[in-house]
Amino acid sequence: MMVKPKHQRLVLALLGVAAVVGAGLLALSALQDQAAFFYAPADVKGQELPLGRAVRLGGMVAGGSIQRAADGVTVHFTVTDGKATVPVSFRGVTPDLFKEGSGVVAEGKFNPDGSFTADNLLAKHDERYMPPQMAGKMYKTDSLKQ
Amino acid sequence: MIAEAGLAALWLAAGLALVQLALGWGAARSGSAELLAATRRVSVAQGVLAMLSFGVLILLFLQSDMSVQLVAQNSHSEKPWLYKFAGAWGNHEGSMLLWVTVLAMAGGGVALVERRIDGKTLAATLGAQAAIAIGFYAFILIASNPFLRLNPPAPEGMGLNPLLQDPGLAFHPPTLYFGYVGLSVAFSFAVGALLTREVGPAFARAMRPWVLIAWVFLTIGITAGSYWAYYELGWGGWWFWDPVENASLMPWLAATALLHSVTVLATRDGLRAWTLMLAVVAFSMSMIGTFLVRSGILVSVHAFAVDPTRGSFILALLGIYIGGALALFGARVSTVTQGSTFQLVSREGALVLNNLLLSVILGIVFIGTLYPLLAQAMGQQLSIGAPFFNKASVPVALVLVVATMAGPLLKWRRDRWGALGRQMALPGVVSVLAFAALAALSGSSDWVALIGLALAAGLAVASVLPLWKRNLRRTPLHIWGMVIAHVGIAVSIAGMASDAAFKQERLVALRTGEATTVGPFQVKLADVRPAIGPNYSAMQAHLDVTRSGGAPFVLFPGQHYFSSPVTTTSEAAIKTMADGQLYTVLGEGTGDGRWQVRLWWKPWITLIWFGGALIALGGLMAMIGRLRRERRPAAGAEDGE
Repeated sequence: MMVKPKHQRLVLALLGVAAVVGAGLLALSALQDQAAFFYAPADVKGQELPLGRAVRLGGMVAGGSIQRAADGVTVHFTVTDGKATVPVSFRGVTPDLFKEGSGVVAEGKFNPDGSFTADNLLAKHDERYMPPQMAGKMYKTDSLKQ
Repeated sequence: MIAEAGLAALWLAAGLALVQLALGWGAARSGSAELLAATRRVSVAQGVLAMLSFGVLILLFLQSDMSVQLVAQNSHSEKPWLYKFAGAWGNHEGSMLLWVTVLAMAGGGVALVERRIDGKTLAATLGAQAAIAIGFYAFILIASNPFLRLNPPAPEGMGLNPLLQDPGLAFHPPTLYFGYVGLSVAFSFAVGALLTREVGPAFARAMRPWVLIAWVFLTIGITAGSYWAYYELGWGGWWFWDPVENASLMPWLAATALLHSVTVLATRDGLRAWTLMLAVVAFSMSMIGTFLVRSGILVSVHAFAVDPTRGSFILALLGIYIGGALALFGARVSTVTQGSTFQLVSREGALVLNNLLLSVILGIVFIGTLYPLLAQAMGQQLSIGAPFFNKASVPVALVLVVATMAGPLLKWRRDRWGALGRQMALPGVVSVLAFAALAALSGSSDWVALIGLALAAGLAVASVLPLWKRNLRRTPLHIWGMVIAHVGIAVSIAGMASDAAFKQERLVALRTGEATTVGPFQVKLADVRPAIGPNYSAMQAHLDVTRSGGAPFVLFPGQHYFSSPVTTTSEAAIKTMADGQLYTVLGEGTGDGRWQVRLWWKPWITLIWFGGALIALGGLMAMIGRLRRERRPAAGAEDGE
């Protein structure tokens, strides 16, 4: 099957369009169940919880809330945004900059009882870096303390 | 006074870029040989001045001149000299100066060596290169001057982010920049060719070495960056689909497509418009990458700037260059005449498939990287992580592996399905047998990873088939390059799939003297004690490891505490064996005398980076082979390979 010269561009263009549409569909279907929405504790207070999907929870680690479980590798702490709090549990090595009174973003899922199980924690990288989600008033008070 | 000299050199270079643009424009319009010669000389001078300016900045960092604001903010007099040196680009201003320096050097390089394409196209190319440089000079001089003085001078510097204090990382940004900016040459060539309508094999042969060298640098930069993230961040992963990683992957994907389509153009004079388009896209991806990484829009160790005007400035530059190039493409593409044609079952057909699949993967990465930013602009906070990218791109990548098996086995112009079937029989059988053996024996149920391993085996076989029945000593270097790069892809995929299917993990809190197991290893925490490094203090664990049937060895993972700026980093200890790596991390003390210890056994994971090195080596061999071949007088008749 020799493609006629004048048709070749058309065939290539159609293939290109098909590929782009395919990529778009593939990406959209993956986006539907994989995009993680960002929540602050106040966003879920009194609301229906986004159960069963990966989300991010951001705020500050409440002072005095970090507790270690008996196995030595699970931590329980509370994330606060000043208006509401969410209890979080995490099994793993906490990031280097994870501490009380400091900003944190937890990746994981809500449990039906309103608590949050994190499978990853992101902490503020250093004095100069701040997740945009946490920039603003909270960050300013936080950095003034240091 | 040296800081002022650096600034003066930068202003002069910017001025010369303006002159270069005007001269290049004139030479492209008139075809005057004198104007072209002048454009060449100005391009070289601009490159030299930019290098001078960057050299001054390095000198200031080496001298720890705290009267320069940038040095005071990012360096420290007690830092090891290597990090003072690397500190010159470990910050926003310095990295942008490095960017424009490499850009000017590349333009000077084109002006010095390029004799093959016609004078008008070369003049237009140098003019386009100058136009890009002008924007970035303006950005540096107006919004990010690296030579600003501090009055009075600071008594001591603030130090460099300890995460960045790593010898491998010191040379990671320059490597990527050489890749990014090498693609600017392909972009300028495309703009030049669009302006003069000279698109053909000679143009493609002029552009190809630049694409290849940029691609080699990008490959090295990505491979090194992946290994850095793996051992430095202490998370045991080698790719996180972090936007900053994607920012380097997108130009690589576009450049991979481009170097295959430019070969079709050079050999068969086909895919003219598509190759021009890819050249524009590839450098656009480099600029988008620079924007993502440097604008402060993302949160990462790479994001230096927090000043929003800088982000807007880069965004405006992006809009002008990408928009301008696309507009030019739209206006001129209809005047690019149709190249030669080919059958669907042919080398060209396989390369078109390769280009389409690479474009699809590029599209997926692009959407996944930029959609959260778009959503954020529309007031919604969301993030897209590894699950999205894996789910969407891995199936496409596996199809691409099959296409990579078939492509080199097909003839140019036309081939037959039957011949393709015979050629693919051996790799096909290898893949199927490998899959059956893995499914039966490995005990892993990660089917995607097992398919990846099986296809990697098939690709390794298919990649060396082009050497079959050839006189190996007379086989051209660029064929060897292709074979080695394709084997490298097989090797790298085998490493990725093996890590996904077979890695084992253990996370426990141990008292000294207690032991645990991971994979075939028994690991005992013998001791944890403080230690002192050149500019940090540390806690260091002593792990006694025995492998069933092997000799015992020790590993020392630790936590490092830096004082300027105050930071803690985990230092993983990794034991590399022939068949994989044991990866150990010391976590925190739990307060009751136990220490967190995290262990991974990662069979064959080193193949990922070994494969990356093979890919880069193959690209380098292809480039040298092409250059040598095309230097010969008889090079006009390109052989069909």
